[in-house]
Formats: sequence, structure tokens, C-alpha cells
Amino acid sequence: MREKLIQRYTPPERANHWVVAIAFVLLALSGLALFHPSLYWLSSLFGGGPWMRILHPFIGVVLALSFVALALRLWRFNRMSKDDEQWLCQIGDVMRNRDSKLPEAGRYNAGQKLLFYVMVACVALLLLSGIVIWRPWFAGAFPLVMVRLGAVIHALSAFVLIAGIIVHIYAAILTKGSIHAMVRGTVPQAWARKHHPAWYREMTEGSNR
Amino acid sequence: MPLQSLDITRRSATTTPSPSQRQTEEVAKLIDTTKCIGCKACQVACMEWNDTRDAIGDNHGVYDNPMDLTENSWTVMRYSEVETDRGLEWLIRKDGCMHCADPGCLKACPAPGAIVQYSNGIVDFHEENCIGCGYCIAGCPFNVPRLSKKDSKVYKCTLCSDRVAVGLEPACVKTCPTGAIVFGSKEDMAHHAEGRIADLKERGFANAGLYDPAGVGGTHVMYVLHHADQPELYHGLPKDPSISPLVSLWKGVTKPLALFGLGLTVLAGFFHYVTVGPKEVDEETESS
Repeated sequence: MREKLIQRYTPPERANHWVVAIAFVLLALSGLALFHPSLYWLSSLFGGGPWMRILHPFIGVVLALSFVALALRLWRFNRMSKDDEQWLCQIGDVMRNRDSKLPEAGRYNAGQKLLFYVMVACVALLLLSGIVIWRPWFAGAFPLVMVRLGAVIHALSAFVLIAGIIVHIYAAILTKGSIHAMVRGTVPQAWARKHHPAWYREMTEGSNR
Repeated sequence: MPLQSLDITRRSATTTPSPSQRQTEEVAKLIDTTKCIGCKACQVACMEWNDTRDAIGDNHGVYDNPMDLTENSWTVMRYSEVETDRGLEWLIRKDGCMHCADPGCLKACPAPGAIVQYSNGIVDFHEENCIGCGYCIAGCPFNVPRLSKKDSKVYKCTLCSDRVAVGLEPACVKTCPTGAIVFGSKEDMAHHAEGRIADLKERGFANAGLYDPAGVGGTHVMYVLHHADQPELYHGLPKDPSISPLVSLWKGVTKPLALFGLGLTVLAGFFHYVTVGPKEVDEETESS
């Protein structure tokens, strides 16, 4: 019997996600090149230091705009519930793959929701601090102490975001079927039943297709 | 300037030792504000030697011209009218790069070799390596480097490193008509300043002193001030400058630690995968 599939992401949602993802990778590579001398060689990927410096903030604007669009699409699925708090308390069970002991997850589990808010906060901070340190266009208009503060906030929030995205990517590798969901848009019913039972019921209730 | 390639003490964004086989004598420029007449010959000499030309500016009703350091004006005279216990005083200070022993610009710079410090103490920008990010501007405790609108590179006083490398004094020193600017080894300059300060004290400037701020490890441009207790009087010369703690936080030990943390996160994921393994839908339990 051919496995029944459930739509998890529409084509516009997928395209939006991958615009954000590509922009993020470019930003992380160029940002890390500026972050530590040992990674400065990454600037070659962008045509050298000056080109990297020119491109990085513009890619940042692309990320910020596309991220806002994606976050608005997904906001309503990311509200925290009582079950989610319980889920976070049982993070040990999550890590040991004892998923049956966990409270039922909806479209997103508590870890995904938490990461969602971390990303929202980081992108907001990165955008604001990025504008303050953006030369030659904006930095000159701010007092030096703000530029210094902006640089620290930019580096710190970038660190948190990169760490968060490492977790995000790893979770996608860990949970087999997730990458297919974001590439082709669908997941098997069994996948939904195991990883997001509450969402599965919501999607299948009433319509026995 | 690549004239001194064997005596580099520090190089921006470089974690291994720079070519430092040759040790040169530490130099300093001493600016005696008590001898300065504000003629701006040093400004002119600087532009002549370095062949930079600033746009003709506007008259702001004061002697300051241009009103601030620019990518073409690496030194400017600052004129301050202040009321002290001696009455109205006109204080004049030649502003420009202080060539800090612990340079905030170099610490902040992310481009390898865009900023170097020679063993003689001169802090020099190598614009061909500059990427135009302006981090040095944020790093400088004296607000000196200026980003060029023409090429998005940063410029500042080189202490005439090209002249000093071949045994000449900086152009501003060469031209100063009153001998308010002198140049030599840092030791000699400190000694010379002592004599000047003793003379000033004798003439009633009880607080005369040398400006060589310890917060940045000392500087290779020093001032003799009549009011060394209040350097702020001289157009806001900072009393106790140091690299901002924000810059130290941003560029200090947090960086390698953060990088290490990111690497550790990746490794933690890898080892979780090979020990605990992925979350898969179990075919048998699902079909039941």
C-alpha cells in the first residue's frame, strides 16, 4: 500500500524558508570571517575582504525581510502551551529518543517553538545593530559608543543565532523525514503520528482521506 | 608603508608572530602645547609630504580649519578658549593619531595586516589590506581614524613612518617654526619634557605635566600641557583614555571561546547521532 502523505509546507512556505536559509549561510560564512582571524579565508568565497564587507549587510537585509515574512506565516503555530512546558522539562527524554513518554506535540514541539523565538529575537537584534555599524551608510550618524555597543550586540546575537541554527539543522538530520518535508512539502502520516500526534489528529480528523 | 618589513610587533587579525627579527628603538613625537603658536605649518607640511588635499571648507568663525580630522587632514589644530584660575586662556593643541602602545584600532581590525605596529611604536594603516568596515574607528579611544568617501579605506597620521624608516623626522616636526614639536627616542623625549615641565612650573604653571596616558600603555605622541591635571581643557583630550570595555568584550577572549563553543555544538550533535541515533518512524509499531 502506498503510504498516505500529509502536506506540511506549501510551495511558497518552502521557497520562503530556503531564501532565509541561503541568506543565513552566506551571512554566517562572511560574518565568521570577520569574527575570528582563523576564519578570514572565508572572505575568498565572496571575492575578497572588501566585497565581503560590501555584500554582507545587503544579504542581511534580504534575510531580515524574508525572515519577517516566514515568521508571520508561522507565528500562529508557535504559541507555547502547558504541554510545551512539560515537554521542555523532559528534555532528557527528548535527547534519549524516549518520545512516547513526552506530552503530545502539535504542529511544532516545544523545542521548535523555543528556537523560533530565539531566532526572532536574534534577527531583530542583528538587524538593528547591523544598521548601527553599517559603513559607509549609517554608522557615521551614530555616536561612537553606540557603534561599539552595536558591534558587541551584533557579535553576541550572531553567536546565539548560529548556535541555534546548528541545533535546528541537527534536529532536521536527527528526525528522519523533516528534510523531505521542507524540500518536497509532505510527510507520511506515520511520521506525523509519531512526531506531532496532536497535529496529526487535527489534520486527519473529520476528513478521512 | 612597506619599508619596515622586519620589525613588526603587532599585526591586525593575526594570531601568529609577525616578522619581528629586527628591533628598532622606540620613538616618540613630543608636542609642547605651551610653545605652540597655532600657525598650522604642521598641517600644511603634513599635506605636502603625504600629498593629500582637503576640500576647501567654510569659515565657522573660529580658527579651526578644517573643523575636524578628515581622510585628507591627518592632523588639525584645535583651539580652545577656556577660563582658568589664570584668567582667559587660549589653548592650542595639534590633534591626530597618538600611536598608542596598546592600539584600540589594531585590536578591533578584522582584516589581517591592515593595521600594523612597528617595534619603534608607530601604528600604521596598510590601506591595501583595509576592507572598509570601520571597526578601527570604533576601537580608537581618541576618535582619530577617518573613512574615505572616495575609496572606503581608513586614513590617519602615519607618524611619517616612511620618513622615520630612513632616519628623518616627521614632516610636522621638520617644519614647526617654534620648536613646539620635537622627535626622537621615547626616552629622550620624556627627558626633554621633564626640562620643559620644570621650566613651566618655575613660571607658575603648577600643574604642568606630560601627557603619556597609561590606560593605552603610553603613547608615541606625547603632549606637554600647562594644565596636565585637566587635559579635557584642550578640546576634550581624554583624561584617562583606554580601549572601551565594549571593544575588549567584543574582541577579547570571548571570540576564541565563542568559536570553540560553536565547534563544540557541532561535535555534540555528531556524537549524539552516533550514540543515541536518529528519531525514525518504526515500521512495525506503526503498522500495528
